[in-house]
Amino acid sequence: MSEQQHILDAATLSADEALIPRSNWFEQSETLQKLRKNKKFPTIWCSGCGIGVVMGALIRAIDHLGLKNDDVALVAGIGCTARMPIYMDFNTLHTTHGRALAFATGLKIARPDMKVIAIMGDGDALAIGGNHFIHAARRNLGITALVVNNSIYGMTGGQYSPTTPIGGKATTAPYGNVEPPFPICDLAAAAGATYVARSTVYHALELDKLLAEAIAKDGFSLVEAVSYCHTTYGRLNKLGTAADMMRALKDNSLSKTAFDALTPEQKAENTRIVRGNFVNIERPQYTNTYASLITRVQGGEK
Amino acid sequence: MQGNEAIAMGAVAAGCRFYAGYPITPSTEVAEVLSRELPRVGGKFIQMEDEIASMAAIIGGRVGGLKSMTATSGPGFSLMQENLGYAAIAEIPCVVVDVQRLGPSTGQPTAASQGDVMQARWGTHGDHPIIALAPVSVRQSFDLTVKAFDLSERFRTPVLLMTDEIIGHMREPVELPDFKTIQVFEHIVTESPATYKAFRNTPDGVPALVPFGKGYRYHITGLLHDEFGFSTQRLDEIDPWLERVNSKLEQHMDEIALYEEDYQDGAKVGLLSYGCSARTARHAMKMARARGQKVDMLTLFTLWPFPEKQVEALGERVDRIVVPEMNLGQLACEVERMVGRKKVRRVGLANGEMVTPRMVLEAMEA
Repeated sequence: MSEQQHILDAATLSADEALIPRSNWFEQSETLQKLRKNKKFPTIWCSGCGIGVVMGALIRAIDHLGLKNDDVALVAGIGCTARMPIYMDFNTLHTTHGRALAFATGLKIARPDMKVIAIMGDGDALAIGGNHFIHAARRNLGITALVVNNSIYGMTGGQYSPTTPIGGKATTAPYGNVEPPFPICDLAAAAGATYVARSTVYHALELDKLLAEAIAKDGFSLVEAVSYCHTTYGRLNKLGTAADMMRALKDNSLSKTAFDALTPEQKAENTRIVRGNFVNIERPQYTNTYASLITRVQGGEK
Repeated sequence: MQGNEAIAMGAVAAGCRFYAGYPITPSTEVAEVLSRELPRVGGKFIQMEDEIASMAAIIGGRVGGLKSMTATSGPGFSLMQENLGYAAIAEIPCVVVDVQRLGPSTGQPTAASQGDVMQARWGTHGDHPIIALAPVSVRQSFDLTVKAFDLSERFRTPVLLMTDEIIGHMREPVELPDFKTIQVFEHIVTESPATYKAFRNTPDGVPALVPFGKGYRYHITGLLHDEFGFSTQRLDEIDPWLERVNSKLEQHMDEIALYEEDYQDGAKVGLLSYGCSARTARHAMKMARARGQKVDMLTLFTLWPFPEKQVEALGERVDRIVVPEMNLGQLACEVERMVGRKKVRRVGLANGEMVTPRMVLEAMEA
């Protein structure tokens, strides 16, 4: 079995459900055309990291939608996840910590025709960037927010983040984390996002599909990709190798369909990650509304 | 018309088509006027969640191809420092208006100040180029806003318009020029996407900038980067970049240094000022001249990079330079660096009151 085949078979979707046919997708698709061809490889990520899986899913989603490289802008903040755009052949803007969505706001307003995707980690999006996150969702600006949630600050060496579980050990929580984590999808939904979905880096092909739906959405969309950091969080909490942590995502998650079938008691007791699409609604998208405002004003409205 | 309104109209005239800002006294009129005027010319206005986001948004707007501006005052200016540094290292043109009020911290929101002069130069971390201009009148608020856009495009750098509560809220009759006659530097790209380098180390220091979505796919980062924009730790890539970026303004000071010399041969004393305090200095100069004293006066419209040549020249003409300003000697320090401490008399106030002509006259004699 080839390595690619193995990765694909590890996913839970059937061949029919997957966006990319299982056979020879590397050769058949234009996916590789979306990677940069100059000196930026290898990636900075530790071997076994889940961020690369998300990058693969993002490329396959963009490829599936048939978007031209020129029409896509990737905006990122600071951190392991935020290094993702540098490897992909789009218009790429690597900004300051937490500010990806604020930069993306200006870019989207200047170029409403472009697909603007903001790529952030959990600390980037929800701690230092938390305010920008809720306001971008509230405005319903047509940006896709991709948050890779590995429950830790990886690049700085394993400090606890706004999504570290209670009790989890981190270099700044040596006795276990005492703060409750943010539920990212609930936060986005409450703030007004029109598309909200979650999957894990184990379920790569499901991520493809959710990301494609999110990017196709006109309004603000959020995809939470649950990942892990075996180098810091895994080591501090004795969670094993990258493969062990990947397996845990498989064992400790369930689809939204399966979750919906649970009894209220079971739902209340559920500690597993629920995967799927939670919100898919229509609201006026900011750049469309502003475009009609300009039309009104130029039409003589005082 | 008010100074702040003149700034807003200057922005429209210069082709600014995106404004992102956060309300703060005494700068808010700039936002209010632009929220009304920008849609009329097809431009866009947004009120962001804070000044950090405002600064980020205007950089994003310019990356998308729109000339962009924000306006704020001291507390907001402090918050903007983070992404001002980003605009400097990534060489994204943008204009930031700081209608200075009394600080530090919340200070006194309705009182004037010139206390952000040093923050304008060194507020963000690291060595970086920056241009700061300071208008002395309502009409000049318009003209220097246009100039700010021109310089920021020409040199791919953030330009700060360091006005103050007095000039910003002052009303003067002005006649604005026909906007059609106003020209601002536009980037012309001759390279193809295959050969384009957004950060090319050109001899004149300013590579042409192509907005996103025009077929030139490239990377922009706040990390030290090579000519393509990719982060690098190689000294053979970092050093030429450092050399270019930190000398691109100095080698063009003849275009950047804006000032007015009103000199009288034989003067032993000179006045050097800027912004609202230059109006005080001018008044003191007239009083001194009226009683027969010869006085030189240098008004700086460009504060940063510091017009060293002009200040040195004044230092060679006179025995004493009086520097009135609404802070405790921020720009006077820079004058002392040029001409020596013994020649300089600081006249500084940081309580919200304007320096008076009498204080200046006393310093001329003391």
